[in-house]
Amino acid sequence: MDWALLLEWFLKSLVLIFGLLGGFAYTTYYERRWIARLQVRVGPNRVGPLGLLQPIADAAKLIFKEELTPAKVYKTVFFLSPLLTMVPSLVIAAVIPLGTSFTLGGRTIHMYLANINVGALYLMSVASIAVYGIVLAGWSSNNKYAMLGGLRSTAQMISYELTLGLMFVAAILLGNSMSMVDIVEGQRDMWFGAIQPVGFVLFFIATLAEVNRSPFDMPEAEQELTAGYHTEYSGMKFALFFMAEYQKMIVVSMIGATLFLGGYRELWFLKDTFLSVDRAWFLGPFYLVAKVFLLLGLMIWIRAAWPRIRYDRLMSLGWKVLVPLSLAVIFLTAAGILIESSWFILISSLLAAAVAVAFIQRALRRKAYEFA
Amino acid sequence: MNIDFILFLVLALAAIATALGMLLSRNAVYSALFLVLNFAVVAVFYLLLGAPFIAMAQVTVYAGAIMVLFLFVIMLLGADELAPGKALPWQRPLAATLAVVLVIEAAYLLLARGAPSGLVTPPTEYTNSTESLREMALALFGQYLLPFEITSILLLVAMVGAIVLAKQEKGGRR
Amino acid sequence: MLLEYLAIALLLVVSTLVGLIAIGLGELFGPKIKSKVKDEPYESGMPVIGAGTRRMPVRFYLIAVLFILFDIEVVFFLPWAVAFRQLGLFGMFEMVVFIVILLVGYAYAWKKGALEWE
Repeated sequence: MDWALLLEWFLKSLVLIFGLLGGFAYTTYYERRWIARLQVRVGPNRVGPLGLLQPIADAAKLIFKEELTPAKVYKTVFFLSPLLTMVPSLVIAAVIPLGTSFTLGGRTIHMYLANINVGALYLMSVASIAVYGIVLAGWSSNNKYAMLGGLRSTAQMISYELTLGLMFVAAILLGNSMSMVDIVEGQRDMWFGAIQPVGFVLFFIATLAEVNRSPFDMPEAEQELTAGYHTEYSGMKFALFFMAEYQKMIVVSMIGATLFLGGYRELWFLKDTFLSVDRAWFLGPFYLVAKVFLLLGLMIWIRAAWPRIRYDRLMSLGWKVLVPLSLAVIFLTAAGILIESSWFILISSLLAAAVAVAFIQRALRRKAYEFA
Repeated sequence: MNIDFILFLVLALAAIATALGMLLSRNAVYSALFLVLNFAVVAVFYLLLGAPFIAMAQVTVYAGAIMVLFLFVIMLLGADELAPGKALPWQRPLAATLAVVLVIEAAYLLLARGAPSGLVTPPTEYTNSTESLREMALALFGQYLLPFEITSILLLVAMVGAIVLAKQEKGGRR
Repeated sequence: MLLEYLAIALLLVVSTLVGLIAIGLGELFGPKIKSKVKDEPYESGMPVIGAGTRRMPVRFYLIAVLFILFDIEVVFFLPWAVAFRQLGLFGMFEMVVFIVILLVGYAYAWKKGALEWE
C-alpha cells in the first residue's frame, strides 16, 4: 500500500469537503446579502464585520436545536435520508478538475481527486442517486405534505435530468471525451459555451430545476406544501438538507463551468499570455471559483426576479420544449462537427432555440385566450 | 490470498446479504432499497472486471431510474402498508425447482468452465482511457448495430404499453 | 484504473462521516423535551386526518416510465458522442434512425396527453 498516495487522497477529500462546506456557508451569506440589495434592504450585517460571521452563528444555532422525530415516522429511513441527500452532493465533485497540476516534494499533484474515462456518466449516476434522499425523506416522514413534496420534487428532478444528460452529450461531442479533464483541456482554443451557447443555457435551466431553485422551487411551494419533503425535519437533519441544496448549487455551477465555460482555464484569447494556467498553475482554482461565483450570482438574481412557475407548466416545459430542443441541439452539434464548422453549430442552434421560444409564446397565448 | 480475492469475497457476501434483505423485508419500500444496494454492489463487480462504463450505466439506469419507478409504484398503490397476502399454491414448488436448476447451472459453470479462461482481464490503466471507451463504442455502433437499433423498438413498445396502461380513462378536456 | 475509484470510495467514506458527525452534534447538544404535540405530523396546526402516506396519482408512474426510456437513450448517446468523430456520417445516420423510432413513441405520448399534467 502506498501511504503517500492514501494521504494525498485523504487531503484532497478534506479540501473538497471543507471547500464545499465553507462554500455552502458563504453561499447562504452571498444569497442573503445580494437578495437584500436587489430588494433595497441591507441584509445581515451585525455578526462580525459586514455580517461575515453570520453563517457561523447560524451553524452554531442549528447545533443547539432539538432534533424532532415524530412518533409515526419510519425511523431508519427518516434518519438516513438527510445523509443520502447530502453525501452525493459532496461525492459528485470527485471528478471535477479544480486546476492543472503542480509539483510538491518531487510528487506531481493533480488538482482533481479522480480522472475517470466515464466522468460524465459518473456525474449522471451520482445525480440520479441523489433523488432517493428526497423521495425517501417524503415517504418516511409519514406526512401528506412531505410525501407530495417529495414525489413532486422527484418527478421534477428526473424530468430535467434528461436535459442535463443530453447537454453532457453536447459537451462530450465537442470535447471528444467523457473525462472532465479532457473536456476542459479541449476548451483551450474556444469555450464550448461560445460555440454552443444554446447548450449552456439549456444546461443552466436544467440545473435550476435539478437543484430545486426558483423559479422551479416547487417542492418548497410553502402555500401548497408547507415545506415540502423536509417538513418534519428539524435541527441538524434539516441542516443537512439545507447544506445539500446549496452544495448542489455550487457543484452544478462547477459542472456547468467545466463543461461550457472552460473550467479552470482562462478566457480562450488569453491562452498565450502570462494569465494562462499553462504558465501559472495557481490561477486555475481562481478562474473556476470566479466562474462559479458568477453562476451562483445568476441563480440568486433569478430567484429575486422571477415568480415561481406553475407545476403543470414546469412539466410541460421540461417534456415538450427542453427534451426536443436538446435533441435538436445535439444533432446540430454533431452535424457541425461533421462539416467542421463552429459557425454552423452556433447559428443553427440559435435558430432552433428561436423556434422553441416562438412555440412557447404561441402556447402561452392560446392558454391565455382559453381562460379569458 | 491476494487483495482482489478478499475484495471479491466481501462484495459477494454484501451482494448476498442485500439480496436476502430484499426478500425478507416486510415493507415493500425497504425491499426496494435493499435492491438498490444490491445494484450498487453489482456495479462494483463490473468495476473490478474493468468495465467502468457498464458499472456507471448500471447505477444510472437501474439504481437511478428503474428503482425510482419501483418506489413510485409502491407509493402509488400504497403497497408499503399491505398485509402479506396468501401465496399462490404452486408458487413455492416452482420456486424450489427453479432454484435447483440455477444451482446446477452455476455448478456446471464453476466446475466445467471454472479454469481461468483468459476472457476476463483485470482492469489496467488502459481500461481507464478514452481510447478504451471509444473501442467499446465503435463495437457497439459497428459490430452490434442491429441489437442497438432493435433496443429502440423495445423502448418504443415499452413507452406505448405504459401509456395505454396508465392513460385508459381518456375523456375529460381536449 | 481501480485506484481512481478507490479515491472516490475514500471521499464517499469521509463525506458520510462528516454527515454523521453533523447529525451526532445535533443529537448531543440539542434539547430533548418530549411532548404529545411534537409526536404528531405537522399539518400547519390542523388536526391530522387520515393516514400519512396515501395513494399517489398515476401520472407520477407515467413520468417515471418515460424517464427510464429516455435515460437509457441518454446512456446510449454518451459512447456515441465519444466515438462520433470515428463513426462519421454513418454514426449520424444510425443515431437518427434510433431517435426517429423513439420519437414515434414520444409523439404518441404527446398526442395521448401523457406529457400533460392535469
